[in-house]
Amino acid sequence: MFELVWLIPLFPLIGFMINGLFGKKIKNEKVIGGLGALMVFGSFMVSCGILFQLLSRPAEERVFEKIIFTWIKSGNFKADIGFLIDPLSALMIMVVTGVGFLIHLYSIGYMHGEEGFYRYFAYLNLFTFSMLLLVLGNNLLLMFVGWEGVGLCSYLLIGYYFHKKSAGDAGKKAFVMNRVGDFGFLLGLFTLFWYLGSTHNVWTINFVELSKSAHLLPVGGVVTIITLCFFLGATGKSAQIPLYTWLPDAMEGPTPVSALIHAATMVTAGVYMIGRMNFIYIKAPETMFVVAVVGAATAIFAATIGTAQNDIKRVLAYSTVSQLGFMFLAMGVGAFTAGVFHLMTHAFFKACLFLGSGSVIHSMHHALHHAHSHDDPQDMRNMGGLRKAMPITFATFLVSTIAIAGIPGFSGFFSKDEILWQAFANPYHGSANIVLWATGAIAAGFTAFYMFRLVFMTFFGECRITAKAKDHLHESPAVITIPLIVLGILAVVGGYVGIPKVIGELFGHIPNYFEHYLEPVFKAGHEAAAAAAAASHGGGHHSAALEWGLMGTSVVIAVIGISFAYAMYIVSPGIPKRFTETFPALHRAVFNKWYIDELYDFLFVNPCKRFGNFLWKGFDVLIVDGIVNGVGAIVRGFSALLKNIQSGYVHNYAFSIALGVVVIVAFYLFR
Amino acid sequence: MLDVQNYLILSAILFSIGTLGVLIRRNAIVIFMCIELMLNAVNLTFIAMSKYLGNIDGQIFVFFVMTVAAAEAAVGLALMISFYNNRESIEVEDLNVMKW
Repeated sequence: MFELVWLIPLFPLIGFMINGLFGKKIKNEKVIGGLGALMVFGSFMVSCGILFQLLSRPAEERVFEKIIFTWIKSGNFKADIGFLIDPLSALMIMVVTGVGFLIHLYSIGYMHGEEGFYRYFAYLNLFTFSMLLLVLGNNLLLMFVGWEGVGLCSYLLIGYYFHKKSAGDAGKKAFVMNRVGDFGFLLGLFTLFWYLGSTHNVWTINFVELSKSAHLLPVGGVVTIITLCFFLGATGKSAQIPLYTWLPDAMEGPTPVSALIHAATMVTAGVYMIGRMNFIYIKAPETMFVVAVVGAATAIFAATIGTAQNDIKRVLAYSTVSQLGFMFLAMGVGAFTAGVFHLMTHAFFKACLFLGSGSVIHSMHHALHHAHSHDDPQDMRNMGGLRKAMPITFATFLVSTIAIAGIPGFSGFFSKDEILWQAFANPYHGSANIVLWATGAIAAGFTAFYMFRLVFMTFFGECRITAKAKDHLHESPAVITIPLIVLGILAVVGGYVGIPKVIGELFGHIPNYFEHYLEPVFKAGHEAAAAAAAASHGGGHHSAALEWGLMGTSVVIAVIGISFAYAMYIVSPGIPKRFTETFPALHRAVFNKWYIDELYDFLFVNPCKRFGNFLWKGFDVLIVDGIVNGVGAIVRGFSALLKNIQSGYVHNYAFSIALGVVVIVAFYLFR
Repeated sequence: MLDVQNYLILSAILFSIGTLGVLIRRNAIVIFMCIELMLNAVNLTFIAMSKYLGNIDGQIFVFFVMTVAAAEAAVGLALMISFYNNRESIEVEDLNVMKW
C-alpha cells in the first residue's frame, strides 16, 4: 500500500481538474459534489490502508520514502517529487482526508443552490491536494509548494462570494499576510540549505537526510535565525501574533471553508512544519522560547477578544487562533507530541463547532428569509433557545464545547492538559515555566467562558429571533447532521488514544498510545529534552502528585469559566450589559479587537498605500509617462520648426536652389 | 581682340543679374526674361571660350541652348496663361497652394 501513496494527492487533483474544467457544464449538483467528496474519500481509504500497514511494522521501521521522479537537479541542489510516510505524516493524512471528506459531504447540503457550486468544489479539492502535498512532501521545496497552494486556495475560497467587497478584501488580506510568512519560510529554507552546504558540504533539503545531518548543526547562532524565519512562516499560516488578523476576517468565506481550512487543516500547517523540523528546533533554545511565548501570548490575547464578539463565527475564529496558540506553546516547550495531539483533537471538535455553527446559520438564514427580515443570521443576539428546534446540532455542539473547555472525559481535556503540564514541567525555560503555564491556564479559563457563553446565547434562553421567523427554525438535513454526529463522536473519543501515563496507571497500566506512536518522529526532541533536564537541575523528573495537582487546577479553572458564563447568560442576563456600562473603555477595546487592525493600518497599510500612490502619481505618471510623451513632444516641436521650409512659395524654393549652388561652388573654390 | 577674361566677366555679371531677377521679381513674365538673360549669358561664355580654345564645339552648343530657350519660353508662357485663367494674376506670390 505504501507504493500507492501518490494516489492520495492525485485523487483530489483529478477532482479539481474535472470540476474546474467541466463543472460549469455539469449542471447536476449531486454529480459535482459527489465527485468532489468521492475523490477525498478515495484518498481517505488509501490513507487508512497506509496507516494500518504502518502500524503492522515495528516502531523502528516506520519510515518509508516514495520518490516519483527528480523534479529539479541543478548543481548541488536537488529536489524530487517524493512522499514521506512516517507516523506524523500518516496521522496528518488521516486527519486531512477524514475531516476533509466529512466537510465535503456537509458542503453538498450547505452550498445547495449556490451559483458557483462547481467552483466551490473545484477549489476545495485543489485545497485538499495542496494540503496533502504539504504533509506528504519529502523535502522542504515540495512542502512549500503545498504551503503556497493552501494559501492560494484559502484566498480563492474566502473570496468565494466575490460580489461582496468585504469578502474580496478579506481574501486579499489573508493572502498578503500569508505571503509575509512565506517570505520567512523561504529565507529559512535558503539559509538552512546554504549553511549545511557551505560549512558541512551536505547539500540537501530532504527531510530524512536533514534529520540524519542534524547533529552537524550548532546550537544557537545561525540555527536560531533559520528557525525564527521558519517560525515567521508558521505565524503567517497558523495565525499567530503578529500575523493573525486575517483569520477573523476569513469568516467571510462559506462556513465549511472556515471549518476545513481555518480550523482543521491549513492553520495546522505551521504546527506540522515545526513538528517535522523538530530536530532543528531543539538546536535553537532561544527560538523555542520565542515560539512558546508567542503561542501563550496569542492564546490569551485571542481568548480575551473572543469574549466580546457577537458574531458566532468570529467567536470560533478567535477560539481557533487561541487554540493554535496552545499548540505553539506546546511546540515551544519541546512537547511536540502534545502539540500534534492537540492538533488532532482540535481538528475534531473545532470542525464540529464550525459545522454546527453553519447548521445554525443555515437555519437562521432560512427562517429570517421567510420572515423577510434583514437581521444578521450570524449574530448571536438574534438567536437563543435553539436547542428545541435543532436537537442534533445542539447535542454535537455541546459535546464539542465541553471538549474544547477541557472537561475530563472528552478529547480536549487530554490534549490541553498535556500541553499545560509540559509547559509547567519542561526543562527548557527554567523560571519562565510558571508564567507560561499560568498564561495557558488563564487562557483555558477564558476559553471555557466564551465557548459556553456562545452555547448559552445560541441554544438556551429565550428565542430572540423575530417572531415571524420563529416557526421556520428547523433541524438541518441529514447531509449536514451526519458529519456533525461523526465529528461529535470523535470529539469525545478522539482523545482516548493519548491518555497521559498518570491516568493510565490508574486504569491498569494503559500506556500513552499516541506518544508511543509518534516516538520515532520526535526521538531527537525527547533525547534533547532528557539531556536538558539532566543539565538543568539534576532530576527534572516531576512527581505524579504535581501532575494530578495541575490537572485538578485546570479542571477547576474550566469550571469557574463555565459558571461565570452560566451566571452571566442564564441566571441573570443583565450582567453583561451592566459590565459593559461599568467598564466602557475596556469593553470597547476588547470588542474592537484591541485596535490591532487599526494599528497595522497605521504602521504598514497606509504607508504602503501612500508609497504606492507616490510611485503611481510621482513616478509612473510624471517620469515614465513624461519621458514617453516628452519624446513625442520633442518630435512635434521640431516638426513645427521645420514645416516652415515648406512654404509652398516657389520663389523660396528657387532661392534655396541658388543658395545651394553657391555653397557647392564656394566649397570647391576654396578647398 | 580683347582678353577672354573680359568676356567671361561680362557673362558672369549678366548671369548674376539674371539670377537675382529670378529670385526677386514678382511678375512671371519678367522672371522668364531673366531666365533668358541667364541662358544668353551662358551663350556668351560658350562663344568666348570657343574663340579662346579655337574649338568650334562651343558655337555649335549655342544653337542647342537657343533652341532649348525658345521651347522653354513657349511652354512657360502656356503655363502662365493657364495660371492666369485660374487666378486672375501672374504674380508668383499667388502660387502658394502647396503651403504646409
